[in-house]
Amino acid sequence: MDFELTEIQQMIRETVRDFAEREIKPVAHDLDEKAEFSEEITKKMGELGLFGMNLPEKYGGQDLDTLSYIIAVEELARIDSSQAATLAAHNSLGIGPLFYFGSEEQKMKYLPPLCTGEALWGFGLTEANAGSDSRGTKTVVKLENGEWIINGSKIFITNGSADISVGSTVQAVSGDHDGKKEFSCVIVEKGTPGFKTVSMHGKMMWRASDTGELYFDDCRVPEENLLGKVGQGSKIMLSTLDNGRLSIAAMGLGLAQGAFELALQYANERKQFGKPIIKFQVNAFKLADMATKIELARTLLYKACWLKDIGKPFAKEAAMSKLYCSEIAREVADEAVQLHGGYGLMKDYEIERFYRDQRLLQIGEGTSEIQRLVISRYIGC
Amino acid sequence: MSTVPDTTTKIRFAGDGTAFDVTGVQWIINPWDELSLTRALQLKEESNGAIEKVTVISVGLKETEPVIRKALAIGADEAIRIDTAPLDAYFVAKQIAGSIKDDGFDIVLCGIDSSDYNGSLVGGMLAEFLGIPSVSSISALNIENGEVSVNREIDGGKEVLSVELPFVAIIQKGVALEPRIPSMRGIMMARKKPLNVKAPVEADSLTEMISFEQLPAKAACKMVEEDNVKELVDLLHSEAKVI
Ligand SMILES: Cc1cc2nc3c(=O)[nH]c(=O)nc-3n(C[C@H](O)[C@H](O)[C@H](O)COP(=O)(O)OP(=O)(O)OC[C@H]3O[C@@H](n4cnc5c(N)ncnc54)[C@H](O)[C@@H]3O)c2cc1C
Repeated sequence: MDFELTEIQQMIRETVRDFAEREIKPVAHDLDEKAEFSEEITKKMGELGLFGMNLPEKYGGQDLDTLSYIIAVEELARIDSSQAATLAAHNSLGIGPLFYFGSEEQKMKYLPPLCTGEALWGFGLTEANAGSDSRGTKTVVKLENGEWIINGSKIFITNGSADISVGSTVQAVSGDHDGKKEFSCVIVEKGTPGFKTVSMHGKMMWRASDTGELYFDDCRVPEENLLGKVGQGSKIMLSTLDNGRLSIAAMGLGLAQGAFELALQYANERKQFGKPIIKFQVNAFKLADMATKIELARTLLYKACWLKDIGKPFAKEAAMSKLYCSEIAREVADEAVQLHGGYGLMKDYEIERFYRDQRLLQIGEGTSEIQRLVISRYIGC
Repeated sequence: MSTVPDTTTKIRFAGDGTAFDVTGVQWIINPWDELSLTRALQLKEESNGAIEKVTVISVGLKETEPVIRKALAIGADEAIRIDTAPLDAYFVAKQIAGSIKDDGFDIVLCGIDSSDYNGSLVGGMLAEFLGIPSVSSISALNIENGEVSVNREIDGGKEVLSVELPFVAIIQKGVALEPRIPSMRGIMMARKKPLNVKAPVEADSLTEMISFEQLPAKAACKMVEEDNVKELVDLLHSEAKVI
């Protein structure tokens, strides 16, 4: 067993950490406060080469392994979940399905601009009445005279409605065979008549990340905009979510690491009863528990990445990583606030934002309950 | 370019206080050298091909290679590592001079000091060994129509000098705003760039470390409300005993 990161992975960690501390940390509080999506930071993340990290160079990517990408997401989330969300969603949900299921023409057409940080792409699965149960999808698509006609709507689509969002991959019902729904995915570009996006406001977390609703009203796209084959929709969705789970897990891990560091520093500085509160064993033990959970989370997630990188099945481990990393993110952020006392509840203290941001992680890309459902199936329940 | 402990490192000493304890230390590019590299790369980009390449040279053992690779990832074209521990400034300057004296170069940029031992000696010694001029405390380095000029911060003002090539530029703050962050592509490309390892030349070290000492721990700080002058005076009198 070799737990050593490669020189490249190590350098990526240092580089993204540097970037996050220098470019994101100074503005994270303000962007969160104003609920403002930052095109500027997105562009800088593009210049750094964080979009399309796993793609071959011919599509504008960097040809890096899964673990390198996961480390990048982790390091962003250590500082700010919103920016990590923009990156993770764009890579896993936006770029991922186009790369894994797109035709060569589609890949050459869509992927290069999506690797620059100047254009974002969404993945539209969730609907108002189809969340955990994606088979409840109502959006329909049918082929007519060489065009796909889409009707319906999607909700909660990350990177779906920013000014620089240039389109989304949309899952819809393409047929019904004896009551068994058939799903297909189609590519919809911004500006297509009948396609409208609306940004969603009032989120308690990821406030500087774009979340949108997508509306399709007799929206027509050319036949060649089908992604993969007719009826492949579920397969595309499941495979996309397997990959997406790794990056949500990385967000949990990074957030926990950041919250832990904030708590450690605060507990060293804050004095009560004549000594730093870290000197009270009850507090030191809290930090010891946090550090242990983080170590465990990292080991599990990196193992899942390793499985993927060597071409072995990783879906079970991805679900476990998503579940565990997101749950310890909650536990660590919660104890970190506790260590901050009343100040931890104030917006002037970074930990307050971490505490809010962690809450999505047990819900998005499959709730904790759904992860347990997935895991329980894999272990033969 | 020298490899130094990360600025947040907790400093400990080994060998009865005669050496720096390197266990668990995270190594980085010396911040002044990082600025020097950034400026060198900018000059190369602005030069429309007139500047052929930027080479980083470092005296150090194999463990320093990840840090040298980072310089390549940031954009240096090639690197030389002289395979020996950097014993002191004289020794290091000898090594660098020995390595580059027969190579063609125009400007040797080096940081004003390294953030570990703060000797501020290598640049000057190097120029002497190479038999070329050096300019110290450079806060701006510009090339216009082939003319090289530098700014130096001096007491109460600024000095602008024009310089002939080749020379040693000893760099301090201001020469570049911020060091560059390597891109993912740069990191990948760094693997393929040459990192040549050279044998050291014969040289002495002239320094013997006798002992290091930690700074005394900072005394506890007591805050007094801004309008509470009486308490302040009382404390200065009774606790600090300075009045
Ligand atoms: C900020 C944000 C970004 C998002 N980004 C995207 C995106 O880019 N693309 C996209 O398609 N979606 C996205 N989503 C949607 C997200 O994936 C869904 O919110 C999530 O899948 C849960 O669906 P739901 O909200 O409808 O909850 P529901 O499915 O209604 O779940 C409600 C509760 O019931 C539980 N539950 C449901 N079914 C079961 C069951 N069988 N057994 C036990 N418990 C069950 C759930 O675990 C949960 O606790 C995003 C959501 C948010 C908030």
